[in-house]
Amino acid sequence: MQRSHAQLSTPEVAIHAPQGGLLVAIKATLKRDLTLMLRRRGEVLNPLVFFALVITLFPIGISPDPELLASIAPGLLWVAALLAALLSLDSLFRSDYDDGSLEQLLLAPQPLAALGLAKVAVHWLLTGLPLALMAPLLGIMLSLPAGSYAVLALSLALGTASLSLIGAIGAALTVGLARGGVLLSLLVLPLYIPVLIFGAGAVQAAIFGEGIAAHLAILGALLALALMLAPWAIAASLRISING
Amino acid sequence: MSLCLQARQLACERDDRWLFEGLDLDIQSGEIVRIEGPNGSGKTTLLKILSGQLTDYRGELYWNGEPMRQAREHFLANLLYLGHAPGVKAGLSPLENLAWYQALSGEKGSEPAREAALAAVGLAGFEDVPAGQLSAGQQRRVALARLTLTQRALWVLDEPFTAIDRQGVAALEAQLVAHAQSGGCVLVTTHHALTESPVLRRIQLG
Amino acid sequence: MWAFINKLRSPKWFYAISAKLQPLFWVAATLLLLVGTVWGLAFAPVDYQQGNSFRIIYVHVPAAFLAQSIFVSMAVSGLVFMVWKIKVADMVATVMAPLGAAMTFVALFSGAVWGVPTWGTWWMWDARLTSMLILLFLYLGVIALRGAFSSRDSGSRAASVLAMVGVINIPIIKYSVDWWYTLHQPATFTITGRAAMTMDMWAPLLIMVLGFYSFFIALTLMRTRSEILRREANKRWVRELAEETN
Repeated sequence: MQRSHAQLSTPEVAIHAPQGGLLVAIKATLKRDLTLMLRRRGEVLNPLVFFALVITLFPIGISPDPELLASIAPGLLWVAALLAALLSLDSLFRSDYDDGSLEQLLLAPQPLAALGLAKVAVHWLLTGLPLALMAPLLGIMLSLPAGSYAVLALSLALGTASLSLIGAIGAALTVGLARGGVLLSLLVLPLYIPVLIFGAGAVQAAIFGEGIAAHLAILGALLALALMLAPWAIAASLRISING
Repeated sequence: MSLCLQARQLACERDDRWLFEGLDLDIQSGEIVRIEGPNGSGKTTLLKILSGQLTDYRGELYWNGEPMRQAREHFLANLLYLGHAPGVKAGLSPLENLAWYQALSGEKGSEPAREAALAAVGLAGFEDVPAGQLSAGQQRRVALARLTLTQRALWVLDEPFTAIDRQGVAALEAQLVAHAQSGGCVLVTTHHALTESPVLRRIQLG
Repeated sequence: MWAFINKLRSPKWFYAISAKLQPLFWVAATLLLLVGTVWGLAFAPVDYQQGNSFRIIYVHVPAAFLAQSIFVSMAVSGLVFMVWKIKVADMVATVMAPLGAAMTFVALFSGAVWGVPTWGTWWMWDARLTSMLILLFLYLGVIALRGAFSSRDSGSRAASVLAMVGVINIPIIKYSVDWWYTLHQPATFTITGRAAMTMDMWAPLLIMVLGFYSFFIALTLMRTRSEILRREANKRWVRELAEETN
């Protein structure tokens, strides 16, 4: 099957050198994921309803006594928000895995870490942030003492960002597994504990009138660490899941 | 400038079974290489290895003479891979799907170009319908529209004819041949019988 | 050094050399554990605060030490496997995970046993025990993840990534839990937060720690050898070995 070089010297098919366009790709991925999630508004509301339901369970299961609830409210709110955020993680990469888009993401000439980070950012925007904004309402139901509502929302906003990042690693590792959802929770919950400690701690410090700066600073530091390291772990984990 | 994808002594083991061993493969500009074999013989696995998605294999890959590890970026910039699943998001319209794929390679592209590509695969009039409402064949056509829309030299296609009707099959075949004749190369697996052509070569697995 | 690493690539070489090393570690383990146990349980002086019950540290502290260092070793093995693709490193990591989990359980159990005479309760959410419990969950996660994949290579790589993520988190978790504990409890005595221990108290402790390590290394070598045989079962050298021993 000899082809003369004269025929190939002016190919109609161009050979490309790698070109950048990272920003274009990231913006497009952000837009795509936002569009997809907003078109399924029901799914965006689910974690919020779950949050409210879990908070409802506690007074029923423990005691409706406002003083008792007030004393444990920070922890309850944080744990319930954490679980609600965890629930929504499983679908972070699953639909892309199922319809073949994940393969394409891996083959894009862009760093997978950056694209993964874009997806996690959308997840936080549509899950973590709404949970943080809704929490003060549920705080009222648990007789959360005054002066801690703003800290509640702020600590949750900061904390859920870390939770999204750490949880995305677990989601990436388990996306290819049949019943990956339960395993995801087992893998990710131990890693959530530091965020929980400082997040709930911040709210409690606000209640007792102590300084909250240290807690928020540590939450910020945890977020910074997660932002630096998680994207690479997410990319490596996605490649492993596609492999399997 | 001609292209060349080479595999040397490729071997892949899955579940304690060797899918293939000692496989040598060359794909050059102007060729359509068809991988054949019964179900489960490792055709999809081979395609995934060649397109750089699987790393659990032995042997070496070369792109234009360089080891794949070093030439990976250049390879990816010239590769268009369409897998078993069409990679079409059900919640987006065909236009939005194509726009994202173009953006992934860093191009903004243009709406008219995307509409033309969709028209070329017979989806004119469906540009804004959410892809979830399209049939399986129509969803695959959205994926195939990328062949027209994004100019890439190497096409790696896994069962591209799935769910396509007879007209579509003939059109796609012609597109593959035209691509090869203008200097591109195609690596394809399919159960469908391709018409013989001087650019067509076959490799048997299993 | 590179020659050594290249030799490690061959499970057969590892199998041969571990055959020679194993007995050494078993002997060391037996001696050290015997000396340490007898010294610690019988001859070390009675603690003025806790009486005889403090002697549990001769089991608890080495187990806790080991539980943490095994996780680190497991993460390092995982890293070696991912970066240099040395299969033996993955086999070692596979084998170490259940050993580490068992060691963590021993640490938790001995900690709980210590709790009975000290606090009057079988469980106390103090910083050490809580951190140990979280460590146990991390171990279980790695074991579960490795087993969940149908492709062994994918499972190994996933477990390696998780182990590395876990190892980075361990100091963070410890710091957080320590902070949390001191916030919620009045300053109390912590299990090993003791000031100067006399030499007759910590010498047997050191011996026990070394004994536990030797035991762990011997056990790891032994189990890695079985793992090698299992994975390489269809290789010629394994078949020849099986025929030889028959």
